[in-house]
Amino acid sequence: MTERRVVITGMEVLAPGGVGTESFWNLLSEGRTATRGITFFDPSPFRSRVAAEIDFVPEKHGLSPQEVRRMDRAAQFAVVAARGAVADSGIELEGYDPYRVGVTVGSAVGATMGLDEEYRVVSDGGRLDLVDHRYAVPHLYNYLVPSSFAVEVAWAVGAQGPSTVVSTGCTSGIDSVGHAVELIREGSADVMVAGSSDAPISPITMACFDAIKATTPRHDEPDRASRPFDGTRNGFVLGEGAAVFVLEELDAARRRGAHIYAEVAGYATRSNAYHMTGLRPDGVEMAEAIRVALDEARMDPEEIDYINAHGSGTKQNDRHETAAFKRSLGRHAYRTPVSSIKSMVGHSLGAIGSIEIAASALAMEHNVVPPTANLRTPDPECDLDYVPLTARDQLTDAVLSVGSGFGGFQSAMVLARPERSAA
Amino acid sequence: MSTRVVVTGLGVVSPNGLGTEDFWAATRSGKSGIGRITRFDPSRYPARLAGEIPGFVAEEHLPNRLLPQTDRMTRLALVATDWALADAGMVPEDLPAFDMGVVTASHSGGFEFGQNELRKLWSLGSRHVSAYQSFAWFYAVNSGQISIRNGMKGPSGVVVSDQAGGLDAVAQARRQIRRGTALIVSGAVDASICPWGWVAQLAGDRLSTSEEPTRAYLPFDGEARGHVPGEGGAILILESEEAARVRGARIHGEIAGYGATIDPPPGSGGEAGLRRALETALADAGVRPEEVDVVFADAAAIPELDRTEADALNTVFGRGAVPVTAPKTMTGRLYSGAAPLDLAAAFLAMADGLIPPTVNTEPLPEYGLDLVGPQPRPAEVRTAVVLARGQGGFNSAVVVRAPR
Amino acid sequence: MSTKEFTLDDLKRILRDSAGADEAVDLDGDILDAGFEELGYESLALLETGGRIEREFDITLDDDVLVSAPTPRTLIAAVNNLLGTDVAV
Repeated sequence: MTERRVVITGMEVLAPGGVGTESFWNLLSEGRTATRGITFFDPSPFRSRVAAEIDFVPEKHGLSPQEVRRMDRAAQFAVVAARGAVADSGIELEGYDPYRVGVTVGSAVGATMGLDEEYRVVSDGGRLDLVDHRYAVPHLYNYLVPSSFAVEVAWAVGAQGPSTVVSTGCTSGIDSVGHAVELIREGSADVMVAGSSDAPISPITMACFDAIKATTPRHDEPDRASRPFDGTRNGFVLGEGAAVFVLEELDAARRRGAHIYAEVAGYATRSNAYHMTGLRPDGVEMAEAIRVALDEARMDPEEIDYINAHGSGTKQNDRHETAAFKRSLGRHAYRTPVSSIKSMVGHSLGAIGSIEIAASALAMEHNVVPPTANLRTPDPECDLDYVPLTARDQLTDAVLSVGSGFGGFQSAMVLARPERSAA
Repeated sequence: MSTRVVVTGLGVVSPNGLGTEDFWAATRSGKSGIGRITRFDPSRYPARLAGEIPGFVAEEHLPNRLLPQTDRMTRLALVATDWALADAGMVPEDLPAFDMGVVTASHSGGFEFGQNELRKLWSLGSRHVSAYQSFAWFYAVNSGQISIRNGMKGPSGVVVSDQAGGLDAVAQARRQIRRGTALIVSGAVDASICPWGWVAQLAGDRLSTSEEPTRAYLPFDGEARGHVPGEGGAILILESEEAARVRGARIHGEIAGYGATIDPPPGSGGEAGLRRALETALADAGVRPEEVDVVFADAAAIPELDRTEADALNTVFGRGAVPVTAPKTMTGRLYSGAAPLDLAAAFLAMADGLIPPTVNTEPLPEYGLDLVGPQPRPAEVRTAVVLARGQGGFNSAVVVRAPR
Repeated sequence: MSTKEFTLDDLKRILRDSAGADEAVDLDGDILDAGFEELGYESLALLETGGRIEREFDITLDDDVLVSAPTPRTLIAAVNNLLGTDVAV
């Protein structure tokens, strides 16, 4: 029995710089940045005061007043992206057995924004230990448990198959798609609406990243604050957003004449079992995830045309990741363009993995490799080709996208053209 | 033929028993762990009962360095993992690191830890927020901390599907073993009995407001009026049957089948997805309904949901044709920890030839269920079903089989 | 300005509170010149510790002080330097 192959046939991206896949790709291909001084709240007490925010008016994207009211911002992103992805795929889900259509939504921190705000209210500004239930919004339970995101997406697209939220910190966005691919391969679902969403730009998130000095304090140059692989980098820029895909089995997609962006050819996740926030410089575990993902794709390292890096803009990450690429791809690592779109759209925690998968698929679609913005000062310890400043035209048939997160999770996904000869 | 996946280790942290032995002794004899909340003064809230774990002193079990950075539920999960590995006769150092993974479910993360940091943020200012807040409250923390403590570098994961998540995690663990990983630590432990967690749970509108521990959580009863929440759960060690046999491990039983669905939106008129999840799990296990010896019910204790569950059971098994039990009437609902605890109870029932009781509840005859009463029922248990549902409409079912 | 002094006892108290103590290490022993890593404290524990020192003593430590102050003696000196308290430890 040959294993079912899974392809991406629809996508929608909500990223800083513009809602929608087209504005997202324009931003990336032009090498523009969407990081700015925080406008959501007064950032002056914080060490880091920059973020990549989305100018998002939910009503403009088809959400009803009830939906806006009961959903945290991250859930709103997820629903808008899911509807957009289904529309983009041209799939008519009404014709499917709803039990064969499932949902996975990745999110690292769930309804953090809603929880932060509601705690402030029920605790009366932190004064009450015994917080007052009489001031709680009726949908507070949906903030408590972020599986409400998967519920909202399932309702929005009419899915009744296996549905869940995948929450593996900053690799959630890759793992959510990987989980969905596994469900289709094993035959538990025929179509998966899968992606991820996070909206973490709130005081509690800024405060905890301040405490570990993980976010950049470069607020004098907000549009140049995110500098992955640059010698002057000093932390990441928090972002927000969502990307959702329609995944289906290759033959079914071909039968209905669907546009195929890419095949999800390989996926793996491994843990460093080392530290909740720290990384060893050797990159062994990420390299192992990459090796297994390539193995699953039945591809050699030499077939990878572009690496979409985690590239968060912390010294620790950039060295870890560079080592992982060399360890897993050998000499080919030096010949392969590597870039981090976090330089432009920031780091949206659990969402970014899916947003980067979208960027990878679009790189294949346009045969253009997005750049690493703000990379002007080389770091001798990061000696690969990081595509500084300007996008590059290049035939791109296969992409490796990786992620690394708190908890020690390291994930890798390989996208390729389904008609490639090796398969 | 898919690889058979078996459970070789159990680690239980339950309101009515800390450790598998205490839990099973209490559960067999109908001993409840439900009482008035002691962790904070619940007088001002409409619901005041919970299943709290008494006598858990983290300092006795865990390195001191871990304590400042962990929520209660993480401490419980780490200890349950130690116990599960010991029960499996497994020393993590003996296996290659990449051959062991951790897949857990979470419900609300380290919510009490988060509560304390939110209080500092809003009352004292952002500089007072702990560095540990960056991970101690998030949903992935248990999988991360378990993998670090035990040196497990294989595939890991975290799922959140409200109270159905515990079964979804075990299914994902089984998937990873079938893809070639030797051992996966799975299951779930939850705890959010703190004022902020309580207020958020009250908003869910499913908590019982009764003040009598024996009358508060009455699934399938005419007086069903919501549930009592609890804390705890179970951690399970999963391995391929072949690997377990090669190393001569004692096998508790097999994770034989799984199915999951989500309900259509409320008011759409569509059938709830529980029946389909159950049928999918049975088909996946290759088990006919008449082969099932007991069902561990979800037991929502909300009349409409009890009706849905009874209907699904009656449709699949026939009216009153299978014994049904809900030992969670003795612990309260442990969120994503509830179903893994039911899996543990199912394996213990197989070993003991005895179905654990359902306490306090007097089932409505119209549901047509053969609900096991307040006394345990002697029975040969070879095949069991565990059901779990989550708010928003999650339905998951797992079929377990006794060791061959 | 400040007459407050940051002592070894302050450091031990804050370390125990904010990061716990490794069972294999005797914090009450002669630790002034032991590396923090040797004492069982990695960067995250030191960040938490540094945060508490900052709040309690109302100072702001430079980003790299915890890296460049690898022993209790150097950290205590750095804190007292900020406090304007010139004490030898």
